[in-house]
Amino acid sequence: MATVTLSAVTKSYAGNAVIHGIDCAIEDGEFVVIVGPSGCGKSTLLRMVAGLEAITGGTIAIGDRVVNQVEPKDRDIAMVFQNYALYPHMTVFQNMAYGLKIRGLTKDAIRARVDKAAEILQLGALLERTPRQLSGGQRQRVAMGRAIVREPQVFLFDEPLSNLDAKLRVQMRVEIKRLQQRLGTTSIYVTHDQTEAMTLADRLIVLNGGVAEQIGRPIELYERPASLFVAGFIGSPAMNFLDGTAGEGGQVTLAGGTLLPVTAPAGASVTVGIRPEHLVPAAESEAAAHLHVEMVELLGADTIVYGTLGTDGPALMLRLNGIVQIAAGTALPLGFPPAQLHLFDKTTGKRL
Amino acid sequence: MESRSGHLSWLPHLILVLGLALVGFPIYVTFVGSTMTTPEILSGHMSLIPGGHFVENYLDALTQGMPQLSGVPVSRLMLNSLIMALSIALGKMLISFLSAYAIVFFRFPGRMACFWMIFLTLMLPVEVRIVPTFQVTANLGLIDTYGGLAIPLIASATATLLFRQFFLTIPDELIEAARLDGAGPLRFMWDVLLPLSRTNLAALFVILFVYGWNQYLWPLLVTNTASMTTLVVGIKSMLTVDANTPWHLVMAMAILAMVPPAAVVLLMQRWFVKGLVDAEK
Repeated sequence: MATVTLSAVTKSYAGNAVIHGIDCAIEDGEFVVIVGPSGCGKSTLLRMVAGLEAITGGTIAIGDRVVNQVEPKDRDIAMVFQNYALYPHMTVFQNMAYGLKIRGLTKDAIRARVDKAAEILQLGALLERTPRQLSGGQRQRVAMGRAIVREPQVFLFDEPLSNLDAKLRVQMRVEIKRLQQRLGTTSIYVTHDQTEAMTLADRLIVLNGGVAEQIGRPIELYERPASLFVAGFIGSPAMNFLDGTAGEGGQVTLAGGTLLPVTAPAGASVTVGIRPEHLVPAAESEAAAHLHVEMVELLGADTIVYGTLGTDGPALMLRLNGIVQIAAGTALPLGFPPAQLHLFDKTTGKRL
Repeated sequence: MESRSGHLSWLPHLILVLGLALVGFPIYVTFVGSTMTTPEILSGHMSLIPGGHFVENYLDALTQGMPQLSGVPVSRLMLNSLIMALSIALGKMLISFLSAYAIVFFRFPGRMACFWMIFLTLMLPVEVRIVPTFQVTANLGLIDTYGGLAIPLIASATATLLFRQFFLTIPDELIEAARLDGAGPLRFMWDVLLPLSRTNLAALFVILFVYGWNQYLWPLLVTNTASMTTLVVGIKSMLTVDANTPWHLVMAMAILAMVPPAAVVLLMQRWFVKGLVDAEK
């Protein structure tokens, strides 16, 4: 077990900076998820921790040891790859044992460790098969087994569930979380899937264009996103954004003229964010605005209503619990609960 | 094979049988000839049914010294051919595997220059560079040695390219996984790359063995004594200009020359086809 400390970590390829100084102290046993859109540098960051990419600037320390110049095999880490990277010609047992064999463990010790990992992952019956004889989920488990047997200080996961179908992904997500809780090993997990990020993480790092937009617990990020990017990335369906301006008294008015029950510095151009699940239908007399319904998705557990604010205003999404029958073309009276409104500076994107 | 039910299903078979007959008949005639005496062969109405001298002719060819070959028996030529073919095949595999490994997996100055130099030699077949190659071989004192027979033919751009293409299909993650497991470059080559390449190696062995076995021009040049020459060259030496050519022995030698390559192909057929068809992922 160990902490992982990133201090002002940067990465450039031929002068082009792709990671612009990340600071993060990961605690012992913590599950940290790095999330962001493709090309944001999240995999690069993970590979720098693994030692597969050189560190341009700053330091990465595992425990008390700065590992900038340490070979991957000596960093005491284990990595699970997106495409599993199992050795195709080796059996499941050999795949898991290979690293241990190179480290010079005795046959008995290897056997004991592999059997233990196989038991945890329910791979016992598959040990003599080769990867091609396994399903995607089984291969995924073997890849995790290969990481577990090393008994590393840190687990690194590089989008390990991306190649699985939706149902299996949910199942494996639960398994990974359970496994990490059981082993208590510090883990860094990279994904572009915000649901995966929210459910797995003790703490999230939202990465955008090589910059850490926000680092915090998933619920913090959900409740108080620090920027427009985080607000739009975390939560599904995504947050609604409406442009507005603050008047003389600081009262925020939307572009369509709707007055909102929040204030901002006078004269500021703001973006107002509200999550689809926080918009509420209101009584006609109390309606702050009307949603012109264009389309309704009935998902069973909830209903997603798509429409525009006013007849031709900005697009707006509304999420209602349960099955709610609403016809397209209806004007739905809406209320904006003040506590659920997020205000962002329109130019900088920062939270106000 | 998908079955196409219908009235035309006999047509492909007919074409195949005709093709087979076309290729097979001369070989059959050679075989029949190798079981007769020379007068029988030259009689003008040679039978197509094998004669009664099979054992005698082959024993003669394998054990008796041939006057046309300065008294060397065919078995010696077969041994020479075998050594040459094996050296070429194994040597080519070794060299091209290693050079492809270097070119694909290592970053070193002049990497691409090396690649293009290897690639360029594709355009220079043995015949084009035969005079300078002979000069070098002679200066090295390799005339009439197995080294002289095999070494100049070992460098192989084709095999290097084949391995390069295969190595490029190996996902980076596999190399990285091996790095994390602590496998150094040699260990990775031995434990991962070599087992993954085995079908390619088998296919290549078949092709290169046949290539080496069938060499004619180079062994003809580089060997002077009959005891160092190869079977393929030996057959030609048996054909004298006067009427003394022992046709029954020539036929037997031709059959003997065909057996080893055919055996290699047959024995390694499964691997060979696999190596050519599915590059194992």
